[in-house]
Amino acid sequence: MTAPVVSVRGVSKRFGSTTALDAVSFEVAPGELFGIVGPDGAGKTTLFHVLTTLRVPDSGSASVLGFDVVRDLWSIRSRVGYMPGRFALYADLSVEENLGFFASVFGTTIADGLELIQPIYQQIEPFRDRKAGALSGGMKQKLALCCALVHRPELLLLDEPTTGVDAVSRREFWELLATLRESGLPIIAATPYMDEAARCDRIALMQDGRVLAIDEPAAVGTRFPRPLFAVRGKPRALLLDRLRAYPHMASAYPFGETVHFSDRRADMRVEQLRQELLVTLGTDGVSDLLVERIEAGIEDVFMELMAAPTAVAA
Amino acid sequence: MNTTPTHRTAPSSWRTLGAFMGKEVRHLLRDRQTLLILLLLPLAQLLLFGFAVRTDIRAVRVLVVAPEPDATTSALQDRFAHSGRFELLPTTSSIDSLDVLMRRGMVDVAVVLEPGLASALRSGGTPQVLVVADGSDPNTGTTMRTYATAVVRDWQQSLGAAPASVRIEPRLRMRFNPTLESVNLFVPGLIALILTMVTSLMTAISLAREKERGTFELLLVSPLRPWQIIVGKVLPYLGLAMANVITVLLAARMVFDVPMRGSAVLLLSSATLFSLVGLALGVLIAAVTSSQLAAMLAALGGTMLPNVMLSGLIFPVASMPAPMQVVSHLVPARWFIEIARGIMLKGSGLELLWPPLTILAAMLLVLLTLAIRRTSPRLA
Amino acid sequence: MNRSDAGSTGPAIVAHELTRRFGDFTAVDAISFTVQSGEVFGFLGANGAGKTTAIRMFTGLLAPTSGSASVAGFDVATESDRVRERIGYMSQRFSLYEDLTVRENIRLYGGIYGLDDATIRERSDVMLAELDFTPSVTSLVRSLPLGWKQKLAFSVALLHQPVVVFLDEPTGGVDPITRRQFWEMIYRAAARGTTVFVTTHYLDEAEYCDRLSIMVDGRLAALGTPAALKREYDVPSLDDVFVRLVRSPVADAG
Repeated sequence: MTAPVVSVRGVSKRFGSTTALDAVSFEVAPGELFGIVGPDGAGKTTLFHVLTTLRVPDSGSASVLGFDVVRDLWSIRSRVGYMPGRFALYADLSVEENLGFFASVFGTTIADGLELIQPIYQQIEPFRDRKAGALSGGMKQKLALCCALVHRPELLLLDEPTTGVDAVSRREFWELLATLRESGLPIIAATPYMDEAARCDRIALMQDGRVLAIDEPAAVGTRFPRPLFAVRGKPRALLLDRLRAYPHMASAYPFGETVHFSDRRADMRVEQLRQELLVTLGTDGVSDLLVERIEAGIEDVFMELMAAPTAVAA
Repeated sequence: MNTTPTHRTAPSSWRTLGAFMGKEVRHLLRDRQTLLILLLLPLAQLLLFGFAVRTDIRAVRVLVVAPEPDATTSALQDRFAHSGRFELLPTTSSIDSLDVLMRRGMVDVAVVLEPGLASALRSGGTPQVLVVADGSDPNTGTTMRTYATAVVRDWQQSLGAAPASVRIEPRLRMRFNPTLESVNLFVPGLIALILTMVTSLMTAISLAREKERGTFELLLVSPLRPWQIIVGKVLPYLGLAMANVITVLLAARMVFDVPMRGSAVLLLSSATLFSLVGLALGVLIAAVTSSQLAAMLAALGGTMLPNVMLSGLIFPVASMPAPMQVVSHLVPARWFIEIARGIMLKGSGLELLWPPLTILAAMLLVLLTLAIRRTSPRLA
Repeated sequence: MNRSDAGSTGPAIVAHELTRRFGDFTAVDAISFTVQSGEVFGFLGANGAGKTTAIRMFTGLLAPTSGSASVAGFDVATESDRVRERIGYMSQRFSLYEDLTVRENIRLYGGIYGLDDATIRERSDVMLAELDFTPSVTSLVRSLPLGWKQKLAFSVALLHQPVVVFLDEPTGGVDPITRRQFWEMIYRAAARGTTVFVTTHYLDEAEYCDRLSIMVDGRLAALGTPAALKREYDVPSLDDVFVRLVRSPVADAG
């Protein structure tokens, strides 16, 4: 049993009257791509501050790469690569100057780290003399990632690396992370985007400072306590309205074109539901009704956990 | 791809510091606007003030009050008229208007001759001459009085009279420039002001900006120690401060003939010491404030303002109310101005200036300790 | 619904060859489209594609270099004052003043748009009831959770019953339940006749729009209903449409 690269045990942190972290515990195995998933205010950034030794927990303990976050801060700080939540590079220095600076602060050079950052760097290399402030959002994120990697860290910590960046850049970024993961580098990445969470090896769902669940993305869906259905129909507003009003409804949330509907009756089957809805909703004026059984996704489970944290199987 | 990092030794402190300083110098040089202001503003101030306050050259307006004008009084007037330093105003015979004329700033010096001067002279007595000058002007007032007195004495001698008592009566007069500092006294104060601006103000802002941007967070999660971050930020500004001092001194020398009677090395060393005090203050301010704006306001209020108002730059310390004089002891610029004036104008050396230098060194020690204590390697 | 101006009948937004240049850089390149009254219109695009510049022109903050646009029937270049009286705006970055209370914010915005106290009170009561606003109205906005802040900000933007409301990434960072509640609020507003012009990075939210456009390099690369666009590109989701249209940034930038 190899030692975990990160081990967090019952960490709590308060700021005044706000509880940022509430008895958070989890472990990250070597070579894992671990996702921390949750909205703003979930405590993701505070958790990263604890792991990067920037803040000390009020209670509990944590170790990173075998070092204690309170006692051995310098050992951790020289070994991790960190990408903080906002753009944290020097806008008036060029791409190359930023990279060179962070390399030299860690006692190395761009050349030494080039092998590791090459797949990412080649995308921004044409702009190496451009001032970092003049880059587009997606380019900035890639530069920040290079700066975090150039010193060949043993662990990569990314706090919401794709916030505010468009869908294409987000995809590209996560493809780069997948490549890094192939090399065996453990990565902890926080994201509010549930679709990105699906690309991780394991994820921790967080809300209001608490960890709601930890599991593989595919397995998270199995935590959904009832059968889940995707319902389509026109007009959309009316469909949602009627489903909400349906007497056996347990949950009904819009998901793009469809509505994810779960029934309180635990053994409900799709054919039966389809019949019922055709009758009830049809008379209300809903047409083109389509009902399908689907697997629950991360977002479904997240919302379920938000509403009833303890009702979900651990 | 190789996953295990190649075994590397921890980066040497100096190399890391050097890398950090290199970045800081880049920031400094790229911020052209601020750089230009910091380098040119002091020169502009010097030139403006210097040319506006050249009281030494202006001709002194002298009024001779002679109740009984005769050949002897004319002789006195002629002496003033031909002395080259004085501008002789039309003589009056009555002393009544003197007060008004002086208060209105139309007369700098008045020479009042007693009635019966001629008869006093003929009888071998001592003529009484009253010299009235603006005494609130410590420099030019003295100069004027000395010149006027010299002319009067010469005149008395030529009359064959024994050197008479020349009574000098100082009068107060409001002038637009209440301090009546000459350029010589202004330059040390200007240097103190520039140094404070470049050291305390700019360092505080630079550190606060790093925190506000979020790059500070990133810098902490690296082998960089807080002392390296501070030293790396502080040294480029020390260099800039020294560059400023040298430019101002050169300009003052070349344009206004401001003297350097003492050791230039001692002056620059004192300037360095004073700069370090300012830098320590800047670091302390940045450590206790949470935004650039707060840092700037704290630096302006806590360093620039006292340095301008309480250091003797504009208002002489001796003429401040007693409580302010006490507070003035805590203002570093007060001591530096004393040192700089001593070196430049009086040629004082270490033997005379060690007290204020020791005080500055003590201030540095205290501030440095506080600054280091307050700078944490963590966020909170 | 209280619409007394002449400009309120007809389309809510019309853009005709709308262009904006900065030096020799063309940020918005001759875009043309129409948004009908009561529509929920999604305005998408990659970062740097020109969305923010376009929105600034529609809200009367930036003058077009060429072409024209009208909002609520008034020209954005020549009648920007009248445009601004009739629109609402809300963004992720700026919504309400954090150091004022909920009530103070409502009064402030109501006052800015010229509503009298009675109207403000009446409308805010209705609004807060609809929101099911449980926190206290005397609490500082700063103390509210993000979800409430955003929902409240949206409601306040609607307080003066604007013809068009512009929403700039209103659901960034918000939890999934609140996001959906927010979109229900958008639907309700649209049903009442308010046109909603919204930008978002969540492509599943783009599905909720009646129609949407995608900007690439300052030009309008796609315009249509979600269903039509998916059919056109023969892909199952709008995410795929987006990826198809937006080329890799390396080719774009510079």
